[in-house]
Amino acid sequence: MSETPLVEFKDLVVRFKGERTVHAINGLNLSLKPGEMLGLLGESGSGKSVTLKTLLRLLPPKRTDLEGSVTVLGTDVMSLSGRALAKYRGGDVSMVFQEPALALDPVYTIGDQIAETVMRHKGISKLAAMDVALDMLTRVRIPSPERRLKNYPHEMSGGMRQRAMIALALACRPKLLLADEPTTALDATVQIQILLLLRELQKEFGMGVIFVTHDIGVAVEVSDRIAVMYAGNIVETGTTRDVIKNPRHPYTKGLLAANLHGAVKGSRLDAIPGSPPPLEDAPSSCSFAPRCSLARPECWKALPPRVDLGGGHEAACVLAAEEAVTA
Amino acid sequence: MIMAATETNAPAEQVAKTKGYWSGVVKRFSRDPVAVTCAVIILLLILAAIFAPYLGLNDPYKASMIKRLKPIGYPGFPLGTDEQGRDMLARLIYGGRLTLFTGLVPVVLAFVMGSTLGLIAGYAGGWVNTVIMRTVDVFFAFPSVLLAIAISGALGAGILNTIVSLTIVFIPPIARVAESATASVRALDYIDAARASGGNALTIIRVHVLGNVLGPIFVYATSLTSVCMILAAGLSFLGIGVRPPEPEWGLMLNTLRTAIYVNPWVAALPGLMIFITSLCLNLLSDGLRSAMNVKD
Repeated sequence: MSETPLVEFKDLVVRFKGERTVHAINGLNLSLKPGEMLGLLGESGSGKSVTLKTLLRLLPPKRTDLEGSVTVLGTDVMSLSGRALAKYRGGDVSMVFQEPALALDPVYTIGDQIAETVMRHKGISKLAAMDVALDMLTRVRIPSPERRLKNYPHEMSGGMRQRAMIALALACRPKLLLADEPTTALDATVQIQILLLLRELQKEFGMGVIFVTHDIGVAVEVSDRIAVMYAGNIVETGTTRDVIKNPRHPYTKGLLAANLHGAVKGSRLDAIPGSPPPLEDAPSSCSFAPRCSLARPECWKALPPRVDLGGGHEAACVLAAEEAVTA
Repeated sequence: MIMAATETNAPAEQVAKTKGYWSGVVKRFSRDPVAVTCAVIILLLILAAIFAPYLGLNDPYKASMIKRLKPIGYPGFPLGTDEQGRDMLARLIYGGRLTLFTGLVPVVLAFVMGSTLGLIAGYAGGWVNTVIMRTVDVFFAFPSVLLAIAISGALGAGILNTIVSLTIVFIPPIARVAESATASVRALDYIDAARASGGNALTIIRVHVLGNVLGPIFVYATSLTSVCMILAAGLSFLGIGVRPPEPEWGLMLNTLRTAIYVNPWVAALPGLMIFITSLCLNLLSDGLRSAMNVKD
């Protein structure tokens, strides 16, 4: 990798203190090149959203322990504060939320909300900012954007709101867009439109995107690369093609098997048995071992190694390590 | 442009709504006949109070030994006279000045201070919240009438002291409403979204929290004005508010109560004024509440 990565997580650890400690992220390593679209895949509670919020420093500082480093374009995110942090949030990196109905302020019009962000970051007049807002609404293909500019969020449909949210996030031309399950709250037909739109805008603006989802189909549809998360760590990462065609981690295999395509009525569906482990203690062995049908004694003894399978394809599993040696 | 076609057919009714927030509020408000009537009555009362000297009324302070406690409709005195022979109509209209003043000013002051405290407590949370809200709770422990009487009694009679004591009485309930509204808004996604797009705490409080919280607090404060007016009148009635011979509805009710068997209709007039004003204020705040709600 010759170019500097857009985002780099190094041994990130996130713990939430409180009545009980939660080890949300345990030694996560991940990097993203500029202009790349990464799908972050995992089930609920695997730490996808926490990873994104760490990137924007949105976690409550008093109750969170952070270790490791997060760098975006060479700057250490953890060291930012005050003005620099405000400039970074929304200027360099912005976010699309899961529920557009909740992430837009109900008492301001769409235009006002987009203009507010643009004015803050670019220091331009309200009139000029409104022009930018109009341009953005056009780019996200909202019909009759002039009129929509004056709409309140509750006057729009779910898909329209998510388009407005995307317009808001992209108004300052960020280098990195974080999308936290942007299509989960939408129905299937609108989902695909939003995905294609994101993909198109990503190409147009040449920005990096981290796309969080629990829907493997969605991840395959949009991403260049996929990272699969389980219990606060990445178990497998690689190009979308590699991960789908040649999954090496049993969890990834399980996820790919657990879909409804080709399921015959009456036969049992393939599912991964059990549920994710409690995150009260930092893992000392493979977190997936209790649910893994291929688990071996060594899986219970130590953390699995990260195995480089070539071409950026990595898996954290002893089995992958063996296969790599024998191959 | 693969996807554009499907969303273009938005309902026509939805697309038509493009006016600003306040024009929408006015439109919804004007469709509520009860609220509009109440608003007109309140407006008339306020205008009458402001322009009292220009209405060609009798002198509200001029007493007469002969014309005491004349009934409603007595020549020259359309609403009769009080126990000192002063014109009731003039005294009621002039009385509106003080009564409305002592009814509105404490609420406005308490609105500003109470919502500031509540916003800070609700947004900051933690020990800041504990310090502010527990202090507020101490004031809550007293019944509001008792608290107003205690403070006024300690400070002494007079309009200024009435205003101070009533302000102190109304800060806690407003702060409480502001705090709970702020705390619920703070947890919503759009506050996180505002932080994620680089807003600092002050901007977020000013724009996104205040914008969403001001409506409920404002409506609540409107409903307090009628309580405040009644309390102010009560203080005057007890002799620790406005001093005679100033016309004030509560005080007039007090001095006229001795005449209740002689001329009950005249004696009831100040009470009727208090009743009408507070009823109108309550209905007005109900109307405002539904008119200011953009969400449904």
